[in-house]
Amino acid sequence: MDWMAWTWPTAIFFIVIASLLFIFSVLAVKFPEMPRKGVLRIETTRGDRLFITLLGSAFINLAWLGIVGANQPYALIVCLIYAAAVFRWV
Amino acid sequence: MDKTVNHKAWFLVLPVLILVAFSAVIPLMTVVNYSVQDTFGQNEFFWAGLEWFEEMLASDRMWDALGRQLMFSGIILLIEVPLGIFVALNMPKSGFWASFCLVVMSLPLLIPWNVVGTIWQIFGRVDIGLLGYTLDLIGVDYNYTQDTFAAWVTIIVMDVWHWTSLVALLAYAGLKSIPDAYYQAAKIDQASRWKVFRFIELPKMMGVLMIAVLLRFMDSFMIYTEPFVVTGGGPGNATTLLSIDLVKMALGQFDLGPAAAFSIMYFLVILLISWVFYTVMTNLDKKGM
Repeated sequence: MDWMAWTWPTAIFFIVIASLLFIFSVLAVKFPEMPRKGVLRIETTRGDRLFITLLGSAFINLAWLGIVGANQPYALIVCLIYAAAVFRWV
Repeated sequence: MDKTVNHKAWFLVLPVLILVAFSAVIPLMTVVNYSVQDTFGQNEFFWAGLEWFEEMLASDRMWDALGRQLMFSGIILLIEVPLGIFVALNMPKSGFWASFCLVVMSLPLLIPWNVVGTIWQIFGRVDIGLLGYTLDLIGVDYNYTQDTFAAWVTIIVMDVWHWTSLVALLAYAGLKSIPDAYYQAAKIDQASRWKVFRFIELPKMMGVLMIAVLLRFMDSFMIYTEPFVVTGGGPGNATTLLSIDLVKMALGQFDLGPAAAFSIMYFLVILLISWVFYTVMTNLDKKGM
């Protein structure tokens, strides 16, 4: 594992993503749901909305870093708002 | 018919998951780890935080490469899509010549990318290449190793030569699926050739054209081998596209941290496009196009 150059922050990052995937897989099995259509006019399930949230959050973080450039943790607040919006309306 | 739901079937996917883990997930995780650290070799790493991301977002080098990349993808799409449709419209619909055309069209698609690069690298040389020599003979100042414009023309023409067939074959498949009744109706209404194309052929080809555009965009966005073999990214940095720049940074300069940050951003853009691709395709499928 040495060659992978692990650090705690990146390990936590991947653990969070892995647990999210695990939780959503369990949810999908325990509580199956029908896809629904939201503002994007495409059918999405919970898993799709999680993907849109994660991918969008990556871009939000990059945009924050590029434009604001300081106080990076605050970008996560924007991501949470974005996540709530995606799960509510997409 | 009701589908049987059996979640144990997921275990059958396990071998693929293990394979993907070793070929994609673990290397990607390593890249993420590299992107927040600095190294001078010897497998020793020092924490750098978000420094590389900041540096990359502020670097003209990456934005210039992205600009060149978008210009390259844009130009080849603008040429290949209309040209592919034009070729498909003029291909014979049946008989010996239809098969002949199909075989000839698929030939460029079968050639390995580095061979395509080598073919054009030699083809364009002024001393021994047919194209370069001929152009030189009729007085055109053409030298892709020194002139930016010539280098761009060469890599674009090469891509058009290599991939227009794909668009043409897809468009041809779309055209073949149009029932004769549509053409007969158009004939009764005395529709012009343009109107037949605009209101029958184009809407019916929309699905496959969408696939063609997205495939060509993705492929050209990740292109490395062909332009690298022909121009090596030069003259100067004139044809240094994103992946060429990335390899220069990671392997040429051994700047693993910045290159890793660059890779992650590149990957995110490709992930976004792939998602759009997948979503558009599945939605077209549902509409039955």
